Amino acid sequence: MSATTLPLSFVNNPSPARWLRFDPDRLLHLAVGKVEIGQGILTALTQIAAEELDVPMDRIRVLSGDTDAAPDEGATTSSLSIEVGGGSLRLIAAEARARMLDRIAQRLNCAPAEIEIREGAFFRGGAPTGQDYWSLAHEVDLVRPAAGNAAPKPRTAYRVVGQPVRRVDLPAKVSGAAFVHDLVRPDMLHARMLRQPARGARLAALDEAAIRRAAGGELRILRLGNFVALLSADETVAQRAAVAAPAHARWENMRAIVPEQQEAAWLVGKPSNDQIVGDPLPAASGKVMEASYSRPYVAHASIGPSCALAEMRGGHLSVWSHTQGVYPLRAALARVLGVGAETISVHHAQGPGCYGHNGADDAALDAALIAREIPDHCIRLQWRREEEFGYEPLGSAMAITVRAVLDDAGRPIDWTQEVWSGSHVQRPAMGGNLLAHEALPTPAPDPRPTDPSEAAGGGGTRNGIPHYAIPARRVLHHLVPVTPVRTSALRGLGALPNVFAIECFLDELAARIGADPVAYRLSLLDGRPRAARVIARAAEMAGWSGRGKGGEGHGFGIGFAQYKNRSAYAAVVVEVEVDREVRLKRVWCAADAGLVVNPDGARNQLEGGILQAASYTLKERITFDATGVSSVDWASYPILRFSEVPDIACELIAADEERSLGMGECTFGPTAAAIGNAVAHALGARIRDMPFTRERVASVLLGG
Amino acid sequence: MSLDLIVNGQARHVAAAPTTPLLDVLRNELDLKGTRYGCGLEQCGSCMVLVDGEPVFACAREAGTCAGKRIETVESLADHPLRAAFLDEQAGQCGYCLSGILMSAKALLDRTPHPTRAQIVEALEPHLCRCGTQSRILRAVERAAAALPEGAQRLGAMS
Ligand code: FES
Ligand code: FES
Repeated sequence: MSATTLPLSFVNNPSPARWLRFDPDRLLHLAVGKVEIGQGILTALTQIAAEELDVPMDRIRVLSGDTDAAPDEGATTSSLSIEVGGGSLRLIAAEARARMLDRIAQRLNCAPAEIEIREGAFFRGGAPTGQDYWSLAHEVDLVRPAAGNAAPKPRTAYRVVGQPVRRVDLPAKVSGAAFVHDLVRPDMLHARMLRQPARGARLAALDEAAIRRAAGGELRILRLGNFVALLSADETVAQRAAVAAPAHARWENMRAIVPEQQEAAWLVGKPSNDQIVGDPLPAASGKVMEASYSRPYVAHASIGPSCALAEMRGGHLSVWSHTQGVYPLRAALARVLGVGAETISVHHAQGPGCYGHNGADDAALDAALIAREIPDHCIRLQWRREEEFGYEPLGSAMAITVRAVLDDAGRPIDWTQEVWSGSHVQRPAMGGNLLAHEALPTPAPDPRPTDPSEAAGGGGTRNGIPHYAIPARRVLHHLVPVTPVRTSALRGLGALPNVFAIECFLDELAARIGADPVAYRLSLLDGRPRAARVIARAAEMAGWSGRGKGGEGHGFGIGFAQYKNRSAYAAVVVEVEVDREVRLKRVWCAADAGLVVNPDGARNQLEGGILQAASYTLKERITFDATGVSSVDWASYPILRFSEVPDIACELIAADEERSLGMGECTFGPTAAAIGNAVAHALGARIRDMPFTRERVASVLLGG
Repeated sequence: MSLDLIVNGQARHVAAAPTTPLLDVLRNELDLKGTRYGCGLEQCGSCMVLVDGEPVFACAREAGTCAGKRIETVESLADHPLRAAFLDEQAGQCGYCLSGILMSAKALLDRTPHPTRAQIVEALEPHLCRCGTQSRILRAVERAAAALPEGAQRLGAMS
């Protein structure tokens, strides 16, 4: 492997000692920078280490996400943990194994190839040598950087990777304490926030006496400019204060929002930063077809509101957070607090699923700011449900117009995907601000919204280029930097709306010439066998050929994408029934993610992606009132419930010879598109705007 | 101010006002962290516990109203077939929703040891799972029901 193709986490952390340590009691201590966010990554990484080193999984202890003691792997995003984190760990483990083998071979005066490793012990000629990793550890230098040329095991020798092993983190989660929310530290104070309603709002009056009365116990109120924290040793008291506080605060310099701004259409024509990605204009000439699709602002809506612990002791700040990246969070905290990063430690502690950039990092700053003012206490800062909905960075609304030029056979020869969207990543390292920074006496500078580069998969442009063999394909991207609410990374970024638009439009093109949607897609997949294979397989699983002519409230639809046009391939078929509302009956999915480390974990991700995408497509939209987000609870922001869950069948197409492809988000766009197409099949009329509410169903049925 | 509660079969005396939410008493006074805060609004089920065998949103229930009643939390399920079944089905992603769901499932199986799929769905309807693990969860409850020993109904009701 040449230096340029080494995975980033390896390049940044080439010393094996940064990752691996052989501890007493025959334990292997594994330190990784990617963190568990419900996707099972710690289990998969443990499998990789167990495989390469031939150490049993139950001898491995994992520390993940720790600025004191784990490698810097940036953030856990974009389905890259197996591709990049796993790939790096594999090389590191192979190097450690090779060094160990060299050492034992030297001792025994034999060739390293004569040594076999079983459960961490060295054997020669089938007989134990009396030595193992642990007995030799002190003789082997694991600090020296690796060059990345130790050969990992051949895949044919795999015994642990590729097996559906059980998640290592799940037992705690069905038994008791498991999350950052559950940590208990000495001298703990419970904290809640009274939030600045929006950037620029000034706290004109605060009736502290009224808040104290509502709190009903000993309460401390901490004010730093427009940052207000409510603290008590008794959590109930802090919570009551926080529930009451907004009614006792008067803010000035409030922004005014109008409900129209909650619609994706509001973005169209607003000042924007424009780019063309893909083939240059002008488009080919010929018969032009066009249609527009949209998705509103949506929330991550994690099931547990954000939480963080912070304590300042002896001038050193320690923070516990369910952040996606401890090092980026530490850098962001250091910037806001105006201190060196070396004075801060950030420890990852698990949280509820985040699905992207949610309130976790903001809560960490809240806690850190309080801890700085109140040293020698552990500040446990818990966001309320209304706060999570009201202040988390949202997934941007997107308005998309697709324009295709067709050849005489009705096939697209030129494709333009015109996208209007807010930013899809406003992390602090990418022009965004941590929330509380804007409330401080010296507030943060205005955010400078950008989007991930195309090399990083793009944001509003993500999956905007169809995977199909179309001679010219491009995205006209209008990034609208000023949106009514803060937006940032939500699972898949622009992929879900873009794939929805592409795949719905393909069905419209197929219908125009009376072609079957599956056959039409397959005809556009010249030289793309992996794509064709998942589509054909999903169709076969669903019994597609018998889907009927539709139009009577019962329909089937298909959607396909290769996530980011470079990660896993997925095709999804959905069966729906539509009367007044859309009901999912069954879902079939075929995916190709190359070498899969843990097939059961992978299927879990496929299923979860399908249900979450279905929830976005059918139900979810953020609403605004005059001051901001008004959908601040589960009643006003409903998500999919148990009674709405369809039967799901997922199949991973074996491709062990191929490299691992990130698959956490691969079913997202295809599911949304399959629902769109199934509803069109069922009704004989198409809904192009998410979510597919009763009102939308009624309006297409009335021909609206 | 103090309260006498029976939690997971043990008599517990706690220094808390009767108006304190049961959720706070369980988590902070009794260190039973398996009961989780999700909304405080009776909308998500993360905080579900059983009081005299009935599912109750601990976030909204004043602890004082539970005095003398039997309170069960997820910590009590160590040997219940539900815990094993959830692990066997790998029914979880982030896992935050699971403890509340397990308690509603426990209440269901206590009353109806061999529920239909529709009865399971109905029992879990108050619960949200944002990760989309519902299909596995439904299978896990079915698996637990299949694993219940004969006479499970009586056994469950007494525990
Ligand atoms: S926390 Fe009690 S129902 Fe959500
Ligand atoms: S597993 Fe994450 S919310 Fe249910």
